[in-house]
Amino acid sequence: MSDAVRLIEIKEEIHADNQLVAQGLRRQLEEKKTFLLNLMSSPGAGKTNTILKTIDALRDRFRFGVLEADIDSMVDAELIAARGISAVQLRTGGFCHLDAAMVAKGLDALDLDALDVVLIENVGNLVCPAEFDTGAVKNVMILSVPEGDDKPLKYPLMFTVSDVLLVNKIDYLPFSDFNLEAMRERVLRLNPRIEIFEISAKTGQGVDNWAAWLGREVSSFIAPASGASRPRIGKFLNTSRC
Amino acid sequence: MHELQITERILNIVLKHATGQDVSKVVRIHLRIGALSDLEDEWIQHYFDYLSRGTVAENAILAITRTGAILRCKSCSCSFEVSREELGRAQCPDCGETGLELVTGREYVIENMEVL
Repeated sequence: MSDAVRLIEIKEEIHADNQLVAQGLRRQLEEKKTFLLNLMSSPGAGKTNTILKTIDALRDRFRFGVLEADIDSMVDAELIAARGISAVQLRTGGFCHLDAAMVAKGLDALDLDALDVVLIENVGNLVCPAEFDTGAVKNVMILSVPEGDDKPLKYPLMFTVSDVLLVNKIDYLPFSDFNLEAMRERVLRLNPRIEIFEISAKTGQGVDNWAAWLGREVSSFIAPASGASRPRIGKFLNTSRC
Repeated sequence: MHELQITERILNIVLKHATGQDVSKVVRIHLRIGALSDLEDEWIQHYFDYLSRGTVAENAILAITRTGAILRCKSCSCSFEVSREELGRAQCPDCGETGLELVTGREYVIENMEVL
């Protein structure tokens, strides 16, 4: 009898513990009225420059802090701190992404009572960060023109989990065969709810539209209009076959 | 790329469920992973073999079932399954609509385990 194979039911979601930490973080940030935004992209897509331009556009309205995640080095945090913005560098020590526990640790190092918005610059990577809920209210990704318009086909999950797509480096469009319409169609098939903004963090083109969107989101988060429903975070839908 | 961390979580959950169940050995672990995951099955097993040494789960086989991505048409509510490759060019088989939302495809579930 002792040699018989038995079956033990588990039915456990592997990410459940991260999701619990992420949900706890979101509740805590909601009480503090601090808007947490998770910015993801591949390396070199322009995350740091986009953060700087975004803060420039909105810093007279909101108080910003930044969590910089990199496998190593402090260069990004130094660049941001040089502008007088609170920045914390998280060295992931080889990890390819941030999870909610790492974000919580980074937030502990910031004075959240003095901040309206915290921007997370996730590790440059279009794969792993898409899998881990960081506790952010909104997920934003950047796809830069030199990377090519086929990325939604290669990294579908990232485009699926993002609330906003910033198409950066549009000043390169004349020198590239990047097809904006084809890219847009591919992205919308993966995620019909996504907001798409075309920007150049270098020239500043299009940044106003993106910043206006973010400004509206932050304002309604900090002081929601009475009767307005909270933004829905994470979606699980029931399936029905046709 | 993040297989090591995922594998560590799998092992912890398996050991938690083995505790107090008079388990001398975990033979096989059944996982259900969605089509959108970028995990490499071979690496998960490789890391698992390494991490599980000296535990009851040593030498256990990870049996991974990939579930397809199920999309739902925004226009007629029809649900249908597509492969990962078809995701970016999918359209509703009933009405041809391209506005689709993801219903399943992101799962990471440990279903059960066979033990001695």
